Amino acid sequence: MTGWLGDAAVAHLRDVAEWPDAGERYEITRRLGRGGMGVVFAARDRVLHRDVAIKVLNEIGSQAAAEHLLSEARILGRLEHPGIVPVHDAGTSADGRVFYVMKLVRGHRIDTNVAWRTLNERLDFFLRLCDAVAFAHSHGIVHRDLKPQNVMLGPFGQVQVMDWGVAKFVGVMPERAEVVGTPGYMAPEQERDAPSVDFRADVYALGVILEAMLPDAAPKPLVAIARHARAAQVDQRYENVRALVRDVGRFRDGAPVEAYHETLLERLARVYRRHRVPITLVLVYMVVRVILLLWFRT
Amino acid sequence: MNFPPTRLSVVARTRSPDQETRRLAFAAIIEAYWKPVYKYLRLKWQLDPDQAADLTQEFFAATLEKDVLGRFEPERARFRTYLRLCVDGFASNARKAERRLKRGGGVATVSLDFETAEGEIVQYEPAVPADVDELFYQEWVRALFQRAVEDLRAWAKDSGRDTMFAVFERYDLAESAEDRPTYAALARDLGITSTTVTNHLAAMRRQFRRVVLERLRDLTTTDEEFEAEAKRLLGSAP
Repeated sequence: MTGWLGDAAVAHLRDVAEWPDAGERYEITRRLGRGGMGVVFAARDRVLHRDVAIKVLNEIGSQAAAEHLLSEARILGRLEHPGIVPVHDAGTSADGRVFYVMKLVRGHRIDTNVAWRTLNERLDFFLRLCDAVAFAHSHGIVHRDLKPQNVMLGPFGQVQVMDWGVAKFVGVMPERAEVVGTPGYMAPEQERDAPSVDFRADVYALGVILEAMLPDAAPKPLVAIARHARAAQVDQRYENVRALVRDVGRFRDGAPVEAYHETLLERLARVYRRHRVPITLVLVYMVVRVILLLWFRT
Repeated sequence: MNFPPTRLSVVARTRSPDQETRRLAFAAIIEAYWKPVYKYLRLKWQLDPDQAADLTQEFFAATLEKDVLGRFEPERARFRTYLRLCVDGFASNARKAERRLKRGGGVATVSLDFETAEGEIVQYEPAVPADVDELFYQEWVRALFQRAVEDLRAWAKDSGRDTMFAVFERYDLAESAEDRPTYAALARDLGITSTTVTNHLAAMRRQFRRVVLERLRDLTTTDEEFEAEAKRLLGSAP
């Protein structure tokens, strides 16, 4: 008779018994996280000798859930972009659970304690995030659940946009009336009128993310850009991610941004910052000229 | 279209016309539930060890004599919930009647090791879990897993897979994470490679899951109940 199975042993057995049998090729090594639809495990690819992540469906026998997971895999399969996690394989485990295999992303979620050094570093990262999302949009796909928990920062500053489980093809995929997204990052229309959601829902989420990424004393034009992106009314936001990126780019170039109406003083200060060297040279030249004129007169 | 079930659960088998089938089915229910019932009586009903042991024996005796299981309606509750409510009713009546609790009853078809069960309770003292209903579930899971591990041990022995079981026992049945050896240490001790350790563990876990699901199917009465229990227990519905 087996001796006493302590609480820790029972918990461990429950954990490992949940692990799927993904065949001879993939050896599950640990559980990474659990979502509404599936569980993500780290695994070792025995053929290619590399670490991968495997997302496995929670349910067995549900055709709808299986289709949903495969749809996510197919969406990811279409999006070959350095900022979007690539899918390597898909299949069904020995116990009948559908799964797909993807790159094991290393790094930190940006909602953890990321030590940003400069404002430029934050903006660089944000623009790379926008680039990945804009790429998906160019393929007709809207993510619908962008939030810091779904954005990873790699050890070399890489961006990876994760969890495309509720992504959809705009205007193509038959849309259920269900509300998807995360409160706080979800555009109002996602709750109000789910079937009407388009790319601007992602613009809204990017605005919330940008606002959260900014330091406490952020420049007013940047705050205005974030707020313009997350305007409650769809038609008052940037029309697409490219427009949002352009405005952030204008800020970095020292040009006036679309989202912020500056005062004359702010405009002068911005122009001075943008053309600091020539303006300083001209001012010095003029001061010297005045001094010389006064000198020769006396 | 509803096809008739191809396999009867233990609860269904307690209604079999064959006496031996009924006896074995009832023994299987006692095996799965006596410890949860005993600990539940000790901790929720605050009975002393002797009272709890007597009442556990009496409860199963009465369950058999009065055809309590025959009144179970799967569409109204899970079997585990039904049984726990029966224990509550039984303990409540016993307390009201203030009747003397007699030891034994002579109907239990498996020997109940109350001393071991009492030793296991020690881990909860002095703090009794806040949610004793959850305790009933935890103990039921523990009993289920213990039986599944025994099945696994027997399967490994019969099929000459003793080393596989040894890997599983030392790694997955370790009392805590600190007691769990590394794959390399385990490989060294057993004279196998680390890769073999990982392969053995994967194979044994697959087998463990299969055995647990088989036992779970046996202890549940409908497909819906089985799926719900499997999802709660293992995180995925089979």
